[in-house]
Amino acid sequence: MIVIKDLHKSYRMGTNSLHVLKGLNLSVEEGELVAIMGSSGSGKSTLLNILGMLDEADSGEYILDGVPIRNLNETKAAKYRNKFLGFIFQSFNLINYKTAIENVALPLYYQRVNRNERQEKAMKYLEKVGLKNWAHHLPSELSGGQKQRVAIARAMAAEPKVLLADELTGALDSKTSYEIMDLIQEINDEGKTILVVTHEPDIAQMCKRIIHLKDGVIVEDSFVEQVRASSYVQ
Amino acid sequence: MFSRDRWQEIFQTIGKNKLRTFLSGFTVALGIFIFTVLYGMGNGLKNSFNEFFMGEATNTFSINPGRTSEPYKGFKKGRAIEFRNDDIDDIKKDFALYLDEITPVISFSATARYRGESNSYSINAIAPPYGDMQKTIIMKGRYVNAHDMAGFAKNIVIGRLVEVDLFGHSESAVGKYLDVGGVMYRVVGVFQDDDGDNEERMIYMPYTTRQMLDQGTDKINEIMLTYNTDIGYAGAMAFDLSLQKYLKAKHNIAPDDQNAIYLRNMADIVQRNMMFANILQLVVVFVGIGTLIAGVIGISNIMVFVVKERTKELGIRKALGATPASVIGLVLQESIFITTIAGYVGLVLGMGILSLMGDRFKEDYFISNPGVGLNIVIMATLILVFFGVLAGYVPARKAANVKPIVALRDE
Ligand SMILES: Nc1ncnc2c1ncn2[C@@H]1O[C@H](COP(=O)(O)OP(=O)(O)O)[C@@H](O)[C@H]1O
Ligand SMILES: [Mg+2]
Repeated sequence: MIVIKDLHKSYRMGTNSLHVLKGLNLSVEEGELVAIMGSSGSGKSTLLNILGMLDEADSGEYILDGVPIRNLNETKAAKYRNKFLGFIFQSFNLINYKTAIENVALPLYYQRVNRNERQEKAMKYLEKVGLKNWAHHLPSELSGGQKQRVAIARAMAAEPKVLLADELTGALDSKTSYEIMDLIQEINDEGKTILVVTHEPDIAQMCKRIIHLKDGVIVEDSFVEQVRASSYVQ
Repeated sequence: MFSRDRWQEIFQTIGKNKLRTFLSGFTVALGIFIFTVLYGMGNGLKNSFNEFFMGEATNTFSINPGRTSEPYKGFKKGRAIEFRNDDIDDIKKDFALYLDEITPVISFSATARYRGESNSYSINAIAPPYGDMQKTIIMKGRYVNAHDMAGFAKNIVIGRLVEVDLFGHSESAVGKYLDVGGVMYRVVGVFQDDDGDNEERMIYMPYTTRQMLDQGTDKINEIMLTYNTDIGYAGAMAFDLSLQKYLKAKHNIAPDDQNAIYLRNMADIVQRNMMFANILQLVVVFVGIGTLIAGVIGISNIMVFVVKERTKELGIRKALGATPASVIGLVLQESIFITTIAGYVGLVLGMGILSLMGDRFKEDYFISNPGVGLNIVIMATLILVFFGVLAGYVPARKAANVKPIVALRDE
């Protein structure tokens, strides 16, 4: 599903250059649930943003679902993002003047799905994350966990190949975090490929594979026994 | 670009972001409103000017004697100049090429009586061409004629309101005898005049009659003449100068004495006032353009602010698959919609105010019937919309091309 080869990325700040990713190689199969771990500043978000085409690598290869991703202009990147990828952010990134269902329907609008179908699908995914009764509430009327559920529903609505989540539990308490991870595991069980960036070991243990980043290289990459979040959730 | 979905998206952002909508709408509406009102008032001023100078023939000179302000040829300064009949004759003889008509004017006032009614009126003793010069309209009877002049006839022509004052509304004055200053005159005509009530309370008589009754004097107060319009504006100015020079020489006045003879040249006055009106119009156009520029700057700033405020939202949209073109379209379509509607509101309000003003400010502020061509205001609105769009396009394109990750970091 995802193949990267010798991926490099530096940030230039004035005359200094910060080499963040130093030649990463990685391959992720369909249906995997991968945790990307590492201390703060180790380049986890940078990697995820490149995978999400929100940012560009300096050099290296990136193949997504058999499609080589290179020389992207913004228009092309937007289309790929819309078709292949769903994002879940630490800070939710919901549009504050749109209701839950309108937020969920937005990627479908950019897929040119007609209005009725948008409503239907958005409601279906809201139901899936357990927020059917909150469909017409604004983000400001929702709790952190509920907001993240809306964000997950929104990421799912476009039916992407891969879900990318950056510290999706970072702003939540541990109980809510486990509920969200339970949802993520459920979605993964249905076969969706998911990459989760986290620095919390317990969250990483709920994935099936853990990749450790340190100083811009992968220092460890191992498959693990998945801890089911449902065991922490009553 | 104009799909129903897009419009729904826009109406939602407009509805949910009222302050933003209000700010940009208000700026445009105010700009167009001020532009419309100012421009309309400028036109109103011009209308008044035009109306004002329609009342009199514009090819007239009126010449009044004054006092000398410097000694000349043995005469002391402060000497009063007097015109006499021979001045008229000389001008007729020596300026035949320029001259059209000429008349002396002797002004005085006297009490007129008819039966029980009496009132004091201004009386002008004149020659027949005076009527044409003032564009006097005869309602009944006739004006003073050559026959009256030759025969020193005690005939008078009275204004419409003199007739109303002394004869009432039902009785006709024509043919009746009126006591003016102790002398009985026969009323031969009644006239009206568009220039107002004062004009219609005048009485005219042959100047020859007046001079005969005034101990056979040949003094006159004022000379009025019209020139041949074929000589044009330049010819009129030349005539003006040489006539002054001629009269100064004849009356022994220093050539550079400005106070001894006053010559009022309507052509010159009209020309100057038209120039003044045109300058006013120019000022109004400048102010209008200034208002538009202020509006454009205002809407530009607001658009920069709007896009800045929306940076994060636009980043989210892009992460969800919005292309740069659709982001630009969203921002611009919203601003076009708001500015067009607001421009229309400003236009309607401005036109409304102008039509409410109507002729209300004519007396005090010299503005009659202010108004603007619809095409000019629509043009102004389009200019604002266009610059609003241009002003929105630059930041919108910048925002659209920012990497979404940068936009998402924006707080
Ligand atoms: N846009 C940027 N410009 C400059 N430096 C950046 C930028 N984004 C991240 N960095 C730096 O790159 C390094 C990796 O950042 P990041 O990938 O966010 O780390 P992590 O998500 O693992 O905490 C950090 O040192 C960070 O300061
Ligand atoms: Mg990070």
